[in-house]
Amino acid sequence: MIRFEPRPERNRLLRVAAPIGAAAAALVLAAIPLAFAGAPVLRAYALMFSGAFGSVFALTETLTRATPLILTGLAAVVAFRAKLWNIGLEGQLYAGALAAVAVGSGAIMAPAGVMVPLVLIAGFAAGALLMLGPALLKLKFGADEVVTTLLLNFVVILFVQMMLEGPLQDPMSMGWPQSAPVVDEAVLPPLVERMRLHSGLLVGLVAAAVVHVLFRHTVWGYEMRAVGENASAARYAGIPVSGTLVRVALISGGLAGLAGVGEVAGLKGYLTADLSPGFGYAGIVVAMLAALSPLGAVLAAVFVAAVFVGADSMSRAIGVSSYLADLVVALSLLCVLVGGFVTRYRIRRVTRHHATAGRERA
Amino acid sequence: MEILEILISANFWAAAIRIATPLIFGVLGALVCERAGVLNLGIEGIFVAGAMAGWLAVYLGLPLWAGVAIAAIVGGAFGLIHAGLTVPLGLSQHVSGIGVTMLATSLSYFVYRTALPNVSSPPRIVPFQPVDVPVLSDIPFLGPVLFSQTPLTWLAFAMVLVVAWLLYRTPLGLALRAVGDNPASVDAQGMSVTSLRIGAVVAGSALMGIGGAFLTMSAFDAFFFGMVNGRGWICIALTVFASWRPGKALLGAILFGAFDAFQVRLQTVIGSALPSQIFLMLPYVLSILALVLVARRADYPRALLQPWFQGQR
Repeated sequence: MIRFEPRPERNRLLRVAAPIGAAAAALVLAAIPLAFAGAPVLRAYALMFSGAFGSVFALTETLTRATPLILTGLAAVVAFRAKLWNIGLEGQLYAGALAAVAVGSGAIMAPAGVMVPLVLIAGFAAGALLMLGPALLKLKFGADEVVTTLLLNFVVILFVQMMLEGPLQDPMSMGWPQSAPVVDEAVLPPLVERMRLHSGLLVGLVAAAVVHVLFRHTVWGYEMRAVGENASAARYAGIPVSGTLVRVALISGGLAGLAGVGEVAGLKGYLTADLSPGFGYAGIVVAMLAALSPLGAVLAAVFVAAVFVGADSMSRAIGVSSYLADLVVALSLLCVLVGGFVTRYRIRRVTRHHATAGRERA
Repeated sequence: MEILEILISANFWAAAIRIATPLIFGVLGALVCERAGVLNLGIEGIFVAGAMAGWLAVYLGLPLWAGVAIAAIVGGAFGLIHAGLTVPLGLSQHVSGIGVTMLATSLSYFVYRTALPNVSSPPRIVPFQPVDVPVLSDIPFLGPVLFSQTPLTWLAFAMVLVVAWLLYRTPLGLALRAVGDNPASVDAQGMSVTSLRIGAVVAGSALMGIGGAFLTMSAFDAFFFGMVNGRGWICIALTVFASWRPGKALLGAILFGAFDAFQVRLQTVIGSALPSQIFLMLPYVLSILALVLVARRADYPRALLQPWFQGQR
């Protein structure tokens, strides 16, 4: 008979070790289907590693991929801390990207010092507004935000397709569903010469620092944490629970919107309906791997990005499907969940005698 | 006028039932899980896995019904992962469900790509064919609507009866409903809350797996990436709409199917006056509206989302 006993105090070492262990466990578990696919497992992982970190180019690619993941990861951190289950990050990312091209591809002309902040604000606002809907539906009608945010993802992507075949279509695209390019003044400038890495990364890092300060040192952050830990106790303590949840929704949606701005104005230069290969969903994994720590989200995003970039390059080299990356990321999420359990509980073997006695009492 | 003609045509209602079939399996599966107190957001991925596994089994030469069985087993296996994490370990049902969806989806895509590395167009199988029930299929209107469907649709209808009977007419059903409302009472009866919940999640997930298999083995004859396209999430919304009752689940799924079939036909009537995406959005918007309408009155199973540990209140 096995019993789980809460640990009297949380072990600091375990808390750091758990996500690392989870990531390692995910890689080990993913080796099983990899071996079934007939791939040389160790060589595949070696190729993944060098594909993600093996050169300056690889490293910049990984950081480029990490940029949207930092922001969607932070969006999930903010929401999940307050126990607002925002699973609509993918849709909010697209809303932000759409706003960025709506403002930044010629509608407004201004110098870069105005344009760059403008597209960032537009993207943040669009993502925030999109998340406001589910938050209000939850507060006014009790509609579960998990389902509404998930369903909205599909609505938003269809809306983006509609815009790209309609008002936002590039007249020069020969009928291809893509937006006009972002004007030069609105482009987030590159960070490393001749590489794709762009200053969206700085936006992500600043956002991580801001969220960190928000949670650690501000009343808003305190209220958000309190609502997440025990909403009724927070209400009893006089914390405006509804207002706090709306604030959380706006910040979370806005951060995901910024991820979309970066992809459009920093990386691609224009919007297509396949802008994001699931950065929104991967953001959930980033947040959980980071144990909902804003600074940890940066590291977790680099890990997830490395898995994607490494798997792409491994796939090109030995022909194994790059869906392996999605598999590793999914397994990381499940493993980190178990890892969190290990940090909170001790596993005790109970002798038969004790077990029966326990059952009789219960 | 044309709209009225659509609504009274047998063809339209036959399509509505076809569209409803995977949702019937999905909603039944979700309600079995939720009645036992476990929200299963793995549904979206389990649909993908059931669709892929059933199709692949038939593609590799197994008979159609063996494909259905494999889809159910694969669905149940992913359900077991979700149950293992959420029931004995009591971990977040939201996060675990999303994780299972991501795992089931990525594993299905990986296996499909590995099994069929170089195909330009998705290979096809011979799917379930509509079967005309003798005599019954000759009834005007009802005949073509109900009795010229594929066997999986009938299986869906049969499962509504089976689940309803199990839930309301058997001791197991009573225990299952109690475990989602008041697990301590079940424990006090000397039954295992843990086993009941795990069993419910595995069984519900197996139903979801069959729902996925319907897509590749009856509605279409091939597997496509992204073919599930939110159907799982729609089922979660419909489950609330159906207030966790099998009969209402059937009704909700058919209403939804009718709406979806209607928007497709409306699109051909209206033509290009409106962008096609407007119509494609409608099913998702409708699901959100359905959820918002009933959410306040919804009688959620009282222990939904709440982990339970023996000897600890």
